[in-house]
Formats: sequence, structure tokens, C-alpha cells
Amino acid sequence: MKKIILLLMILATPLFAVLPDEILDDPVLEERAREISKQLRCLVCRSENIDESNSGFARDLRLMLRERLVAGDTDEQVIDFFVDRFGEYVLLKPRFSGTNIFLWVSGPLFLLFGGGYAIAFVRGKTRETQVEALTDDEQKRLNALLGD
Amino acid sequence: MIAEIGHAALIIAFAIAIVQAIVPMIGAQKGWSNWMYLAVPAAIIQFILVLISFSALTYAFVVSDFSLQLVAANSHSDKPMLYKITGVWANHEGSLLLWNLILVLFGAMVAMFGKNLPPALKARVLSVQAMIGIAFLAFLLFTSNPFIRLPNPPFNGTGLNPLLQDPGLAFHPPFLYLGYVGLSMAFSFAIAALIEGRVDAAWARWVRPWTLMAWMFLTLGIALGSWWAYYELGWGGWWFWDPVENSSFMPWLLATALLHSAIVVEKRNTLKAWTVLLAILAFSFSLIGTFLVRSGVLTSVHAFANDPQRGMFVLGILAVAIGGGLTLYAMRASTLKSNAVFSSLSRESGLVLNNLLLSVSAAVVFVGTMWPLLTELVLDRKISVGAPFFDAAFTPFMVVIAMVLPIGSILSWKRAKIRKSMQPLWGMMALSVALGAFVWSQNTGGRMLAPIGITLAAWVVLGAMAELGSRAKIFKVTARETLRRLRNLPRSDWGKAVAHSGFGLLIFGISAITAWEVEDIRSVEMGTPYYVDGYEFTLNSVGEFEGPNYVAIRGEITVVKNGETFNLYPEKRNFNVEGTPTTEAAINSTLARDVYIVLGDPQSDGRWAVRTYIKPFVAWIWIGIIVTSFGGLISLTDRRYRVAAPSKKVTRVAAVPAE
Repeated sequence: MKKIILLLMILATPLFAVLPDEILDDPVLEERAREISKQLRCLVCRSENIDESNSGFARDLRLMLRERLVAGDTDEQVIDFFVDRFGEYVLLKPRFSGTNIFLWVSGPLFLLFGGGYAIAFVRGKTRETQVEALTDDEQKRLNALLGD
Repeated sequence: MIAEIGHAALIIAFAIAIVQAIVPMIGAQKGWSNWMYLAVPAAIIQFILVLISFSALTYAFVVSDFSLQLVAANSHSDKPMLYKITGVWANHEGSLLLWNLILVLFGAMVAMFGKNLPPALKARVLSVQAMIGIAFLAFLLFTSNPFIRLPNPPFNGTGLNPLLQDPGLAFHPPFLYLGYVGLSMAFSFAIAALIEGRVDAAWARWVRPWTLMAWMFLTLGIALGSWWAYYELGWGGWWFWDPVENSSFMPWLLATALLHSAIVVEKRNTLKAWTVLLAILAFSFSLIGTFLVRSGVLTSVHAFANDPQRGMFVLGILAVAIGGGLTLYAMRASTLKSNAVFSSLSRESGLVLNNLLLSVSAAVVFVGTMWPLLTELVLDRKISVGAPFFDAAFTPFMVVIAMVLPIGSILSWKRAKIRKSMQPLWGMMALSVALGAFVWSQNTGGRMLAPIGITLAAWVVLGAMAELGSRAKIFKVTARETLRRLRNLPRSDWGKAVAHSGFGLLIFGISAITAWEVEDIRSVEMGTPYYVDGYEFTLNSVGEFEGPNYVAIRGEITVVKNGETFNLYPEKRNFNVEGTPTTEAAINSTLARDVYIVLGDPQSDGRWAVRTYIKPFVAWIWIGIIVTSFGGLISLTDRRYRVAAPSKKVTRVAAVPAE
């Protein structure tokens, strides 16, 4: 056992995201806490959310988040709380506001333009069919000419 | 001495690349056949030289030659042999050398197996390939030389990041690079075609096997990375929308689009300009990925500014390759017009839709990945774009793709009749919806994710089966005749069905794990059982365990369900040299579920923190990906495409019945 304690001292960094002592007794509240913490960035890690991160910083944020929920905040209030303190950098899902609107609408816009272009392309291809196909009249004349 | 030979070989390879870039190109313009022919020996010698260089570096790692700066900084004499070897590419310089090795390998393969390529096309392709070679050899030699000696070699090295000492990650880079660099072939063919001003069915037939091969490796490379993250990072996620992952995913999406559009060029001689553009873009995104990962710009815009040399170099390569490629495209694309006609309901339109959805989804990933960089550079506003954004903005495209895939895939070329095309599919559609409804009725949570996901998964898999069935005229002819027809279907048809089914299986795995995962976090008392999702878990002991170059704390947990018993041994490892700890999750994997356990720290009351997951059907994510790339492999063996060696008979074989 002594050896293990020694080893644990070497393993100074805790390698565990959500710790058992953090979990709230109320399962509904805890579920909300988990959902929110998946949307908040661990600011000292590289693109990890605080739910997955092992860092002490993320743990502090998780505890803070649960305190807010226990105090009766709504999900939006909790998220606002973090944005007020850490800036919008903390949000993994950027808000639909300001310049970020471009980010959110970029997909639909691409689809609109690309789709318009694709439809024009395909219709161009079918129109060529119509141009090239002979009408019945023309066909009769052609047959007549060839028949001669 | 050996390191110096490796260095010298690189310099000579660089010189040869310059010759190979210039002489065959002039030869092709002027029609001088011996100038064109020079490309063949040049490409082969270049490959041999880079291979020598790579072997020299590998040797230095194997014998732990710490007089090399790179070996001293990334290896250690106690490291297992496997990781000494994979350590060659587990660092910037070595991985770049691997990149170059694969680049010249592809060049040499075209030189050796492309005997039936028109000489001018072959000369131009190899010339463009050599231009890419010049850029990357220069990058290696001038900014990232792996052969720098230390004046005072240390007694031992500083070791390799423990996270990288793992089989999954050890082979992740070579596969990924085979994919990234393989796309350079499609790029070179596209540039050569633009210079010639000609793209035809034969061109597509030469490009497709290379793209297919690159795509297969890229698929497997991404899968290896995802699998590694699953078992190594300790919470069993399999995709994080991390910018580094996105960097490999964007070329994959475009390569997938390219594979499909090249079919249209080959079969119907249309969509030519778009296919050339996709070939340019797919490789451009490989380069962008390399830039994002290698320049440090992802960690922070400022990290890039602090050591800009390497980043600027890749940025230069990017600018020349993309800028040059697109300029050439703008100048010449109009020569690639075709007068093929097809109706708006046809396989052609289906593939146009496929290309639209794949390239728009790639654009979404691109914008999401670049957005934080952009806002910080332009607006000085620091924001994050993470998984919740991509889940919302990207997933709808995949849902639509899954919905239309079986229909688009079964439509006939030129002009399809909806009633006739849909006939084999109605039953499968009904079956998939019924399956989804069944799942919904069993699903107490009431979330729609699982029913929808499973309907789509079944629809894609069954649709692929139905298409094979209808090709074999199942139920319309005798069973024997059906079997004979199935056997005689072209391999590319089988490849298509298998690849599409794999995509369906992937959807199934993703939906199941997302909807039904069970997680349990608790502090566990030694010897007292706890229960998760019908399983009984008992922590028997926690002890010390010694590995080759690490010590670990190892728990033993007995799992019981329905009389079936097995033990799991989660570990926390500490690597002696590097001093960094890693978690080793213990996983018991079956086709129906993974039991996934992570050991945490001891609590003050003597209990242990343990995280337990039941992950239903998670294995199907990787099975799906492997099946998909296996479909690619089957297609590759189609006699029309025997890699890079379309035989002279090809033109006659082309009279395969139209699909």
C-alpha cells in the first residue's frame, strides 16, 4: 500500500473528468449540469469541454456550474454567468448573434448557392436534350427527305 | 556517417526533383519523347534516394543514436522496439520525411505501372508530382532537417510522449499520409489535364484508382485515430470535432465527392470541369490540413507568429499550389465542356446531388474550423467553435445523404423512370420504417434519435442489398440464375454495395451509442458490488504493475451478467522517462456492447473513483468504416481499374453493360 501511495504521488495530475464527489443528489439537476458542461470550453485545455477535461480548472468550473443550478438558475442564466466571467470564448456553440450569424447561416447559404448552380447545370443538360431531340414534325420531314 | 548519407540522399533527391519537374514538361510541350521519358527513371531514382534517407533515420532511431538531435529529443533507449521505429514519424521532422517518402512512392508507382498512359500525360503528371516534391523536400531540408547532429550528444534521450506509445496512434500517421499524399496524384492528373486541355473517360479511368486508393487509406487513417481516442483518452468518445480531426475530415469529404464525380466523367463524359476542380480542392485541403496541424496556428494565432518560419513555408506552398491550380483552372476549364445530355431524374443527377451535399458539408466543416482564427485575426474577438456547433450544422447533411443515397444509387444513367427505379426499394423502405417504429416503441426515453438513426441505417444497408438483388433479377429468374448473375456483376458494383452498406452500419453504431450509452460515476468500496444497467461490478483489488517502461496502478474488477463472468483491469500508467501519466481504460468488447471502465483516484475514505460505461453497439462504428473501405478495395480490384495499369484491352472491356 505504501508503494501505491508513493506511485500516486508521482501521478500528481488527476486523470478523471467528473469526480464522484461532484455529482449532485438530484438526478434531474445533475443531468442538466452534464448537458451544460458539454457546451462549455475548458479554457486551459485544447478544444475540450469541461465535462471531459481532467484539469483542475475544469473541475472548478463544474463545481461552480452545479452551485448555480442548486441556487435555482435556469440553463440560460448559468451560461450567461460563465460568459460574463470568461467571455464568449467559453461557449463551444457560438451564439447566433453579431458576426457569428455568418457562421450559422454559412451552411444553408452554401447549399442555396450550390443547389441553385447544380439545378441550373442539370436543367442545362436536359434542355440540350430538348434542343437536340426532333419534334414529330421535323422527324416526318427528315423521314420524307431520307425516303427520297 | 549513416545519418550523413541520409542527408545527402535527400539533397540529391531534391536536385533530381527539379530536373524531373522541368525536363519532361518541356518534352511534353515540344513532343520530344526522350525528354518526356526522363520522368520515369527520375521518379524511380527519387524514390530510392528518399527511401535511403528514411532508412537512415529509422536506423538512427533503432540503434538510439543520440548524437542526432531528433533522436535525442524523441526517443529513449528503454523504449520498446516497436515505438522506437514508430517514433521516426512521431515528430515533426520525421513525419515530414515520411510524407516525402510516400509522395515519391506514388510518383514511382506511376512511373513503373503507368505503362499505358499516353506518354505526354504521363510526363506532365510526373512533372507536376515533382513540383510538389520540390516544395516538400525544400520544406524538409531548409526548415525541418531531421539529420542535425548535436555537438555534445546526451547519454540518453528525453523519450516519446506516452500517448503516442500506442499501436493505434503508431500507425495512424502512415495511413493518413497515404491518404493525404495519395490525393496529390489526383491533383497532378488534374493539372496535367488542364495543361493538355483534355479530360475524357480514359483520364477518369486513370484517376479513379489512385483516388480510390488514397480515399481508402484516408478512411482507415481517420478510423485508427478515432479508435485510439476511444480507448485511450478515457471517456470513450470517438469523434470530437477537434480542428486536427477536421483537418483530415475535409479532404476525406472532398475525396469522397471526387470518387463519385469521376464515375460520371468515366461513364458519361460530363461533369468534367467540376471533377478537375474537386481533384484540385481535395489535395488543397490536404495541404490546408497540413498547414493547420504543422504551423501551430491552431493552438493560437500567436504561437504561429512566434515561430513563423515553418508556418510561412507551408503557407507559401499552399498559395502556389492552390493559387496556381485554381488560376490554371479558371483559364482552361472552359475547354472542358461536354455535350452529354441526361434527364433531371438520372444517375447523373443523383451523383450531382451527392457532390453538392458532400462539398457543402465539407465547406461547413471548413468555415467552422477557420471561424475562430478568422474572428481573432480580423475582429480580435476570441470565440470557440466546438462539437455542439458541428453536431447541429453538419449532421443534417449526413441525414439527407442517407435518405437519398439508395434512390440516387439505383437510378439508371441518362434517363430514369421513377416507378421502375423505386420498385425494388419500396419493400426495403417499409422494412426500415417498421424497424424504426419498433425501436421507437421499445425506446422508453422517447428521444427520436435512435428510431430515426436506425431507420436510416437500415434503409442504406437494405437499399444496397435491394440494388444488388435487382441487378441480379432476383425473384424474376431462377435462384441459380440469380446467383450466376451476382457472381458476374462487375467488382465495382459489389464494391459500391459493400461501401454503402458500411456507411449504413456506421450510422447504426453512431445512433446506438449516442442514444443508449449508460454512464456511471461513483466511488467504489473494495469488495462491495455495484450495479449498472443489469451488470454487477466488484472491485477486487488495486495493485502495482510493472510494464516495460512504465509502472502502473492496476485495478481488478469482476463483471457478472446472466451468469457470464469476466475480469477487467483498468490501469493508470506512469511512464518512467517522460513522467506523464496516462489512463488505460479496460474494455470488454462484443458486437452488442462494450463494457468500458476507467479507474480514478482513491478517495479520502479509502474508496476508489471508478467510471463505468455500457456502450451499446459501439464496435459497429469501426466495423462500418472498415466495411466501407473494404468496399473501396473490392472496387479497386475491378478489372477495369487494376491499379494504375489499365491494360490495352481497356477500351474493349469498356463495353460492359451500362448500369
